[in-house]
Amino acid sequence: MAFYFVQFLTGLASAASLFLVASGLSIIFGVTRIVNFAHGAFYMLGAYVAFSLTERLSGAFGFWGSIVVAAVVVAAIGVFVEMVLLRRIYHAPELFQLLATFGLTLMVEDLVVLIWGPDDLVGRRAPGFKGAVDFFGQNIPSYDLFLIALGPIVLGALWLLFQRTRWGILVRAATQDRDMVAALGVNQKWLFTSVFALGVFLAALGGALQIPRDAVHHAMDLRIIVEVFVVVVIGGLGSILGAFVAAVLVSELNAFGILVFPTISLILVFLVMAVVLVVRPWGLFGKKEAPARRTPGLTVIPWRPLSSVERLASLAALAFAAMLPFVSGNYALNVGAEIAIFVIFAASLHFLMAVGGLASFGHAAYFGLGAYGVAFLAKIAGLPMIVCLLLGPLLGAAGAAVFGAFAVQLSGVYFAMLTLAFAQIVWSIAFQWVAVTGGDNGILGLWPEKWAASPSHFYWLALGVSAVVVSALRLITFSPFGYALRAMRDSPLRSESIGINGKRIQWTAFIIAGTTAGIGGALFAYLKGSVFPDNMGISLSVDALVMVLLGGVETVPGAIFGAIVYKALNIWLVSQTDLSKLVLGIFIVLIVVVFPKGIVGVVESVMHRRRTAAPKAAPLSAKMEGAQ
Amino acid sequence: MKLSVANLNSHYGPAHILFDIGLEVGEGEVVALLGRNGAGKSTTFRSIVGLVALREGQIMFEGKDISTAPTHEIVRSGLGYVPEERRIFTDLTVEENLEVGRQKPRPGAPQWTREKLYQLFPNLGEMKNRPGGRMSGGEQQMLTIARTLMGNPSLVLLDEPSEGLSPKIVEQMVDAILAMKTAGVSLVVSEQNLHFAKLISDRAYIIERGRICFEGTMAELDARPDIRDAHLSI
Repeated sequence: MAFYFVQFLTGLASAASLFLVASGLSIIFGVTRIVNFAHGAFYMLGAYVAFSLTERLSGAFGFWGSIVVAAVVVAAIGVFVEMVLLRRIYHAPELFQLLATFGLTLMVEDLVVLIWGPDDLVGRRAPGFKGAVDFFGQNIPSYDLFLIALGPIVLGALWLLFQRTRWGILVRAATQDRDMVAALGVNQKWLFTSVFALGVFLAALGGALQIPRDAVHHAMDLRIIVEVFVVVVIGGLGSILGAFVAAVLVSELNAFGILVFPTISLILVFLVMAVVLVVRPWGLFGKKEAPARRTPGLTVIPWRPLSSVERLASLAALAFAAMLPFVSGNYALNVGAEIAIFVIFAASLHFLMAVGGLASFGHAAYFGLGAYGVAFLAKIAGLPMIVCLLLGPLLGAAGAAVFGAFAVQLSGVYFAMLTLAFAQIVWSIAFQWVAVTGGDNGILGLWPEKWAASPSHFYWLALGVSAVVVSALRLITFSPFGYALRAMRDSPLRSESIGINGKRIQWTAFIIAGTTAGIGGALFAYLKGSVFPDNMGISLSVDALVMVLLGGVETVPGAIFGAIVYKALNIWLVSQTDLSKLVLGIFIVLIVVVFPKGIVGVVESVMHRRRTAAPKAAPLSAKMEGAQ
Repeated sequence: MKLSVANLNSHYGPAHILFDIGLEVGEGEVVALLGRNGAGKSTTFRSIVGLVALREGQIMFEGKDISTAPTHEIVRSGLGYVPEERRIFTDLTVEENLEVGRQKPRPGAPQWTREKLYQLFPNLGEMKNRPGGRMSGGEQQMLTIARTLMGNPSLVLLDEPSEGLSPKIVEQMVDAILAMKTAGVSLVVSEQNLHFAKLISDRAYIIERGRICFEGTMAELDARPDIRDAHLSI
């Protein structure tokens, strides 16, 4: 009994940091409507800065002073980021905001390694809280008791701040109606900056307070951000009380889940989240939001199927690509096959995002499931390659069917957070369930059969499958199903009122996208001869998002070009520098800020302008659209 | 002139909404902006306070050019705005709603306090701690006016104050507007209801399809039933 009680207290102590970070995320979202992906990075920075300060300053004041100073320093960095970057993208579609803040996360991950090195750092114990308290023979670290008390204190302090100060009242008012607050003479810029500073301060404080409990390392940002997303989805984005209750709930589920399912403890959290989403899609304490802000059109060029000339040109390009084995060596063919596979992957996400308006931040889950599907069929069932390739993607389809059923209940940022959390859960199952998946060691020795073994044959296989998949997705885009999907994207209410079963359509689209991603993953498994948990990791999901964005999210063929350019650049970059995350992060931020239409979008609008340059009225409407 | 607007053109995306709007408001004057639904009354107000991103033209307030200033600066210089949809902060109490509107006292403009506003709108004084979302339409309309007055404006743009209110509340609204005028606040009031406008205004403009098509005193408008019938009758 005492053991369970101690386990309960450990859960409560873990909840403190989680609550600090989640409440910061919630406060920032409430006012600025930005889901700050970089929140985990600020948490991590808080821990690193506090580590350095506590190493230099001694004594009780030195330790506690360092914790607070670290949070203030990181908050100042946050203010800089808000003023330089976020102010430029407050009116951008939410996908761009998520991506830009993710780019920041990548940059911070590399910078942290540059400054503090790649090794785990073990911080000092807190003065006055070094010992443990005995509880019926079980030890409870006294620092845990301090954290347990801290959570409610911070909750109370935030409550007072928001109820009793003019600043708090303005923030609550702005959470509801930003424009009206400006129309009453409040400078929004200042309000946004101060809100962001508070949110980042809380995240950094959460990180700094972790150093006596946990080692500081450069992957702690992603771990916390996934948990925080789960917390705010359960508690309700924008609710501080919700963040507190959900943080306690998730921490307790983690603490006890380890006892129930030692290898796959995250399952329990997932189940609870699923139940909450079914019962209250906007979270326990959240409010049902008005329909999410629609993504404004960046480009005004309507979609149309290819003309016969363009069809011939595409065929010619395909034939040209098929000539590669006659002119180049094995390495180039390997790269070529990988690019063809990523065209499939990017096209599947693009279908979901551009046609369906559903920006998934965890699309790699279905890519990876396809790869693991092949691995299970080939290694365990011993089926021939062609059967594996045909059936393997069905695991991706199954995953998409299960997760998609929940995810399409939500939209916008909730959808993005939920898909990310699902992907992370799939990843951790692959990582933790060693008996079946081999864990971190993956499943090895997965080689193509003779007919596809040579690099040129495999390249042709990948190219052929990718051409078929891209054509199929295009066909679906311009089918009645595709029109219904676009109708749902543009106006859920109106399409429901003309008899479209919107959720069902979106769910079907999710399954289509998951299955096609699985096809890519299946080929990828044979290309690499192995599968690893990283085949479904966050960074792969983000790679796909960047490919779509780079190509142009509001164009039909964008993903193809995005995948080719990005993958080629990425392979080259990794061979050139150790700081590929830093470069990639800068690259993402730059695309979002200066180049949001993507490659195909820019090309199309230039061609469109040329075509319509003759009548004089056209540029006016184009200008209006641009300014909106 | 307190406020003078000249050649104001506004757009929502590709749609051109306002065409060369011109209006002038004298010190202490109450001016009615009349027109049917969708004629451009609200867009005119929203353009003056800078809530429409695409606006061109000259907007002078107390001798200063505000045509490119951001919304919060325009409002802080003493130009208050009461939106048509009321836009009460529903989670905030009456007192908190007033607090959001509070600005420093301004020389040359009447100064309002909560107590004064509770005298002007006695209903509000009885529900200081009630959340805005649990008030009737009439009470919300009073709160939104009181909230704007907390900024101590010297001129207020009042968008359709009588819309959707019961006759009894409309009477209170007339009294409140006349009290604001007596205190020294200049007003532009947009209305569809000619009868209501007559009770409060010195002069009137009529707007139709984004253009000003009549300008004159209330007496001049009375003398032109043809104009009234062409542009205002329902």
